[in-house]
Formats: sequence, C-alpha cells, structure tokens
Amino acid sequence: MTTANVYQQRPDSGAKAESSLHQANLAGLIGKGRKNPGVRVREKKLLGHLTLRGDANDPAFAAGVNKALGLELPVALSLVAKDETSLQWMGPDEWLLIVPGGQEFAVEQALRAALAGLHISVVNVSGGQQLLELSGPKVREVLMKSTSYDVHPDNFPVGKAVGTVFAKSQLVIRHTAEDTWELLIRRSFSDYWWLWLQDAAAEYGLNVEA
Amino acid sequence: MLHIFCPHCGELRSEEEFHASGQAHIPRPLDPGACTDAEWGDYMFFRDNPRGLHHELWNHVAGCRQFFNATRNTVTYEILETYLIGTKPQFTEQAAPLITTATREQGEKV
Repeated sequence: MTTANVYQQRPDSGAKAESSLHQANLAGLIGKGRKNPGVRVREKKLLGHLTLRGDANDPAFAAGVNKALGLELPVALSLVAKDETSLQWMGPDEWLLIVPGGQEFAVEQALRAALAGLHISVVNVSGGQQLLELSGPKVREVLMKSTSYDVHPDNFPVGKAVGTVFAKSQLVIRHTAEDTWELLIRRSFSDYWWLWLQDAAAEYGLNVEA
Repeated sequence: MLHIFCPHCGELRSEEEFHASGQAHIPRPLDPGACTDAEWGDYMFFRDNPRGLHHELWNHVAGCRQFFNATRNTVTYEILETYLIGTKPQFTEQAAPLITTATREQGEKV
C-alpha cells in the first residue's frame, strides 16, 4: 500500500470556504446586466481537482483508472466527462480529474486502491485553480480577442481542451458544449481574469449566472 | 508568427507558447567525481553556437509543459523538425550542408 499521506483536505469543521473570486462578489451581480447578453459567466467554484500522473502506455494503468472512475483515459488534447466528473489530458503522462466538491477524498482513495503497485501520483490541487464557465453566442468572439489559438469549431470541436496563451498569461480552454466553454484558471490569477473578462466582454454584454 | 509542431500535442502551436532551453543532446558525465575541472566546466557551461543547423531543447510551457527537441537553422530560423527526446534527428549537418557563403573576397588569414 502507498506511503503517501492521504487525508481529508476539505475542512469539515464548519470553516467557511471562499472561492478565489470571493472579493469580486459575483453572487451580488447575478440577475443584473443586459437582457440578452452575448456572454454569460458562471463560476464553478470549490470543486475537487486532482492531478493524476502515470504511464499512459501501461494497460494496467488505463484499466485501473477506468475501474476507479468509469472513464477511459482521454487521448491528447481531449476531455471525457460523465455527469459532473471530467478527466482531461494535460500531457503525455498527466491528466486532470475534476469531481464535484467533497468527493475528491473518496475518489483519491479509490484511485490509489485501483492503481496500487503502479508508479503513479495523485495530487489534490483543488485549492490552486478553478473553472469559469462561459456560455452564449459571443463567447467565441471573446476567446478570439484573448488567445492566438484557433477556436473555430473546425479546429476546436466540443470535447477538446488545450493549454495555451491567453491574454498575456496562460490557462486551459475546454470546449464542453456548443457555445459553452470553460476556462481553467489559476487561483492567483483569478482577479486578473475577472477584470479581463469584464473588459473583453463589455461590448457584447456580460451577465453573471448562479 | 512562427508555428512550431509540438510532438506531444500533435499539432502546430504559435511560438509564444514555447520556450527555448538551449542546446540538446548534452550527455552528463557518468562519473562526475572523476571529471577534471575542465571537463566538468565544459559539460556545465560551454555550449555550441553554430551557424547553420542546431539541435535544440524546447519546452511547450503554455501547453503540455513537456520538453522536446527541434532542429533549427540559426541562419534562417527555419525549424526543420521537432522530435521526442530519446529519438534521433533526421536532419544533421552532414546530411544537409549549409549553403557555402558567397565567393566573397577574403583578406589574408592572420
């Protein structure tokens, strides 16, 4: 069995959890703004993020991941999802697993049990990053302003996810549905991304959703 | 803007996603303790600066964050290939010699 120190990292003592955009008071902006906004933003906060690493060419690794999660290992630049759980390719030996908040401890234990004996790593990175979901007819315009990566559906179909340069910084863009995109942002950049999004989406109208 | 093929991502990406990390294929001495100061200094600090083909280490920092190798012509900045670490380059100086400099009148060698 692993000697890694696996423990419940989410406080259960009633400590108040705040997202990295707490200061922006997004909750107070819900329902304000234009009637038919071009872009709607939703904060997917306080989810469980796990970084999984292992040997993609090892059938035992793929089988173990499938057994623990019920998801196939995604190939390069892709994303697989089931309900609220998603598994994304981050590199040749690295994946990002996002599960509903509170499930990360149980999922990590299940992964470690299914992958016992293999050369792997599971790290809880929930506190370091979060998702912003953008939806609406003008999201692609906002993305085109911000990144040099080609976001046309021919090049960026649903289910694709890429790490790229975005507004002079870096993040991961995930295309989850037609007209729905997710940005995986670093905690310390949250404020910057929120300011950038407000500016870039101002001409189309930006609404905050719950 | 240059587009560079990332062998891990399997597609062309813009140059700003990458970071060049110097010369590739530098073998570490197997027994550093047995090196002379000159040998260790060579390994540690001294790099080739060729005019022509150069094998380089690049990092796709904004994407998959993996290192890979590239063969680049330092005269034209043409990137001839990118290949995984641990594999051999297709293009080498011998296989594709540099176009010789024009028959310019040269002074006496001193």
